[in-house]
Amino acid sequence: MITKQQVLDWLRKSSDVLEENRQYLTKLDTAIGDADHGNNMYRGFNKVKSQLDDHADKDIGAILKAVAMTLISTVGGASGPLYGTFFLQAGTKMAGKAELDGDSLAVMFRAGVDGVKMRGKAQPGDKTMIDVLEPVAQAIENDIKEGKSVSDTLHHAVEVAEKGVADTIPLIAKKGRASYLGERSKDHQDPGATSSMMIIKALSESVG
Amino acid sequence: MKKLINNPDNVIKEQLEGMQAAHPDLIKVNFEPYYITRAGGPSKGKVALISGGGSGHEPMHGGFVGHGMLHAACPGEIFTSPTPDQMHLAAKAAHGGAGVLNIVKNYTGDVMNFEMAAELAMADGIKVQNIVVDDDVAVKDSLYTAGRRGVGATVLIEKLCGAAAEQGMDLEKLSDLCRTLNQNARSMGMALTSCITPSNGSASFEIGDDEMEIGIGIHGEPGIERKKIATVDEIAEEMTVSILEDGAYTRTTKEWDFSKNEWVEKEVTDEPFKKGDNVIAFVNSMGGTPVSELYGVYRKMKEVTDKHGIKIVRNLIGPYITALEMQGCSITLMKVSDAHVKLWDAPVYTPGLKWGM
Repeated sequence: MITKQQVLDWLRKSSDVLEENRQYLTKLDTAIGDADHGNNMYRGFNKVKSQLDDHADKDIGAILKAVAMTLISTVGGASGPLYGTFFLQAGTKMAGKAELDGDSLAVMFRAGVDGVKMRGKAQPGDKTMIDVLEPVAQAIENDIKEGKSVSDTLHHAVEVAEKGVADTIPLIAKKGRASYLGERSKDHQDPGATSSMMIIKALSESVG
Repeated sequence: MKKLINNPDNVIKEQLEGMQAAHPDLIKVNFEPYYITRAGGPSKGKVALISGGGSGHEPMHGGFVGHGMLHAACPGEIFTSPTPDQMHLAAKAAHGGAGVLNIVKNYTGDVMNFEMAAELAMADGIKVQNIVVDDDVAVKDSLYTAGRRGVGATVLIEKLCGAAAEQGMDLEKLSDLCRTLNQNARSMGMALTSCITPSNGSASFEIGDDEMEIGIGIHGEPGIERKKIATVDEIAEEMTVSILEDGAYTRTTKEWDFSKNEWVEKEVTDEPFKKGDNVIAFVNSMGGTPVSELYGVYRKMKEVTDKHGIKIVRNLIGPYITALEMQGCSITLMKVSDAHVKLWDAPVYTPGLKWGM
């Protein structure tokens, strides 16, 4: 089970890790993008963190939706609508829930990832956050179906996410600003995939 | 980093405060969230023309708000798309009852944010269309990339569509005009130096003293090709030829269908330039290149267009769509009809562009 407190911890941890890695993410984005990813993610999640105390009375769905609206209105760039859509779709599916079991986790993640795919039209292999999110959504669905615990599932999800990030390095970008570099986007790690991995890791650490 | 700034975190706010202080007769800046509207409020019965994008390209877009051009502009953080809530509120503030046309430059973030903004405004009962500008010939295909970027043509389109909106053209016709002008336009950019965003404090790419970057966008991102620096004649010729000899270009557009009430995707193909075309020629500084050097570019560009049988009927020369302090330039050619030329000559009165009144 994932409790509401753990969801709030997840969001706080996400904010902290994105703040710690603000320069690192921007450096990755400088190589193949427009050098703003770390700053944008920090600005958005820092705002999310500042609002966490207002969420005490809300259910998990409502919390995730509030996070979505904050990200949509503060992050900007492509990451704002993409992460915003992830939390909006995830929150819509989790409406009314005070805690999440394994099945809910799988449904939540799948809804969020499908939302990102619909908004950004990226497929696995395009060198985007989908190269982390899609394999993680699949791994969570499979692990839960096989009866793994939520904690084990999330530990595995982090491994899958880290592999997804590493797998973006040799890819040629086909979506987003990096796609304009063509061959020159090779041998660089995708910043969006990296921030997605960090957020998944924060979830696993919050659940334990 | 050497810049005329205070704290990097306050750059956008302070610069907008400066714009407001300088042009109270023309524009009104809203600060939370950021958007710029005309000082006189909405134009009753006319389509509201809105654009927006990351900051750092000034005078575009905020400097083009005013009579005969935009009704509102939404500035984002530097080189970062503005957010849907800004665009939504700007649409509400600028709406004169005849709908809203959003001119969107083709960048992944801008397109997605403007789509979400259009959905929000339509939920309020405001008719909104989004037309995406993608004129950058450095990007050859739309299958393996996010497609051609929106660059110099944006300025010309904002001027021409602004004039048409001022004359009372309805939303459907204005959308058609905007789409046609985009299809008629092609651009190419190059950089001699990189640029520095205040929040990062270091150059967005490294470039040697003897190198240049061809096929750049407007965000300090690296271009398509790194080369040894050449003379202005060689550079201007290469850029002009790459525009004039660019073949047909096909992309998938996504516009709102008011009869189906949903986004509809369509394949749209631009035809190449041909002998006998009349064009508006726009030679633009990326911010750090002086106007004198732009005339050097114009000189060679005109020689090449003349040789191709392309007639320049109007021109615009100067820093209008910039990338902070980057040295470099872009060339935009847009095929125009006599009716388009009349729209170009129509009065415009904005902080960044003024003539005819």
